[in-house]
Amino acid sequence: MLKSLLCGTALLAVTAGAAHAQVTNNVVKIGVMNDRSGIYADLAGEGSAIAARMAAEEFGNKVAGAPIEIVVADHQNKADIAANTAREWVDAQNVDVVADVPNSAAALAVQGITKEKKRIFLMSGPGSTDLTGKACSPYGFQWTYDNYAMAAGTARALVEQGKKNWFIVTADYAFGHSLEDETTKMVKQLGGKVAGTVRHPLGTSDFSSFLLQAQASKADVIGLANAGGDTTNAVKQASEFGITQSGQSLAGLLLFISDVNALGLQAAQGLMLTTGFYHDMNDETRAWSKKFMEKNGGKAPTMVQAGVYSAVRHYLKAVEAVGSDDADKVAAKMRETPVNDMFAKDGKIGPNGRMFHDMYLAQVKTPAESKAAWDYYKIVKTIPAQQAYLDPAQSGCSLVK
Amino acid sequence: MFDVLGVPPQVLFGQLLLGLINGSFYALLSLGLAVIFGMLNVINFAHGALYMIGAFVAWLLLNKLGLGYWWALGLSPLVVAVVGVLLEKTMLSRLYKLDHLYGLLLTFGLALIFEGAFRHFYGVSGQPYPIPDLLKGGQNLGFMFLPNYRGWVVVASLIVCFGTWFAIERTRLGAYLRAATENPVLVQAFGINVPVMITATYGFGVALAGLAGVLAAPIYQVSPLMGTNLIIVVFAVVVIGGMGSILGAIVTGLGLGLLEGLTKVFYPEASNIVVFVVMAIVLLIKPAGLFGRER
Repeated sequence: MLKSLLCGTALLAVTAGAAHAQVTNNVVKIGVMNDRSGIYADLAGEGSAIAARMAAEEFGNKVAGAPIEIVVADHQNKADIAANTAREWVDAQNVDVVADVPNSAAALAVQGITKEKKRIFLMSGPGSTDLTGKACSPYGFQWTYDNYAMAAGTARALVEQGKKNWFIVTADYAFGHSLEDETTKMVKQLGGKVAGTVRHPLGTSDFSSFLLQAQASKADVIGLANAGGDTTNAVKQASEFGITQSGQSLAGLLLFISDVNALGLQAAQGLMLTTGFYHDMNDETRAWSKKFMEKNGGKAPTMVQAGVYSAVRHYLKAVEAVGSDDADKVAAKMRETPVNDMFAKDGKIGPNGRMFHDMYLAQVKTPAESKAAWDYYKIVKTIPAQQAYLDPAQSGCSLVK
Repeated sequence: MFDVLGVPPQVLFGQLLLGLINGSFYALLSLGLAVIFGMLNVINFAHGALYMIGAFVAWLLLNKLGLGYWWALGLSPLVVAVVGVLLEKTMLSRLYKLDHLYGLLLTFGLALIFEGAFRHFYGVSGQPYPIPDLLKGGQNLGFMFLPNYRGWVVVASLIVCFGTWFAIERTRLGAYLRAATENPVLVQAFGINVPVMITATYGFGVALAGLAGVLAAPIYQVSPLMGTNLIIVVFAVVVIGGMGSILGAIVTGLGLGLLEGLTKVFYPEASNIVVFVVMAIVLLIKPAGLFGRER
């Protein structure tokens, strides 16, 4: 008995030693790239870096015998800066994995580079379905949400309530176009119609003009295919122009908890939204979120930040299991292992890189219903993973056979 | 009803009115810039940041001291003016003898510092600021629903713009100011304290930005980024109007607001560049701006 135990320990030591040698440069370097100063800085930003560090801490900041190092960069929502940073990270700084990258235009640029240079890319921030569609990569994983899931969740709920005539206000770049596209498809598929769309530049402060066009269309629902500060300004001004009071519904197709906090419940109450995570769902999410909030100046995690944690943790588990940071081996391991943590239960990674997990349809509480700071959502229903996300076979990804 | 290029007239009127509202903000901000450039020869890049501070002071007054909108309308520009006077006394006044570029670099740096500081403490998502009770609700004009608050913004900014124009172009104090920019040594020889007047002018110019900030607070999110979003457009307005021209700033501000409103109907994607297209054309044809004088 003792002998076999000793043998086992010796074997373990050997494999550990071998694993050690497998990590290039003897460090696993995680690059968290996102908007750290612009309109998406609150929904991703430093919070995503905090989430990545929390995942590393769970491993004692060491994996497969090598230390874990986390670096951060601000892509300023510019695809060229994102591409340059990714190149520099991979070529000069030996970064093994790029994480987060909200802003689909930036993410598409990084996807191209990580695919070419064989580096794992853990996307939590970007929403474009192209990332797991025609621009998919064997090393790219889209973790938290995508535009299809947003459209499928929110649009389906509203159309099923009989609100079939839509008008969509779209942010004029890759992400907005994709969200508009997915929503239009979903609304039409369910027997509704899209009466019109209008596209506004990213970072618009005055939405009144676009909202009046939406109002004039007499649509039942005004869908906001934008994010962050654009969405909050649009929601605020919609209530100023009496749009919601006159019977038209407003749907934030991508609304984060940081946006709801910025709007205040008075302006945001009643909004329907789809989310991949809410901090107040169960003991596990509450415990993790409490730790996160202590490090993040009391601000609750957005789904993007929670997703960064889950993705980085899953990556590190795979590195640990294969004892190497080789992108092909790690990606294969990530695909075959189910994702089980406080973010996702039995999540599965599809052949196109999409991580399938349950989504939640939520409604923003009224000021009277909210009992504490950040007590913002009522979870209306759980959308099962298979219904929430597009079938990989229809994604247009060349990796799906 | 007749349509204009496929757009019903109700929609067109609505958009023109909205353009006028945005134009009032442009006018108010570019007016401050024009006053400062005209009198001090300083290209004040910190203008957007001071506009943001004006809005934040209003928000802080409400949330920390419980003082509402009407208090903020008076106090907030005052606070911004004090900040401006301190900046002018301690830093800007040392640069008057140097090239314009130094003033521009200094104020640009200050703008980044102010924004960074507010971003650090308040994040980028912004803070909500309610519309004052007196101005809640709106009027149905037939062709559109006009929120009372937006109507108030147009009226307030037109009054302030006209008042400023009148004070500078039609009063004795304004005459001193204009004389001091032409020949400070001579004006000082007449017993007028030119340095104090220049400091006061800068304080007044930035107070206008602070006022615009308070007016904007209930419409937009009070956010550290609100100034950056606007400042570039406002600079274009000043360049088109003619650097330093008071009337030019007001008229161009309103005019470009209208033009932007129309662009949002016919080709919304271009609404954030139309101002710069106009700027390029004006610079080619009339380099001193529509209302500017060649120096």
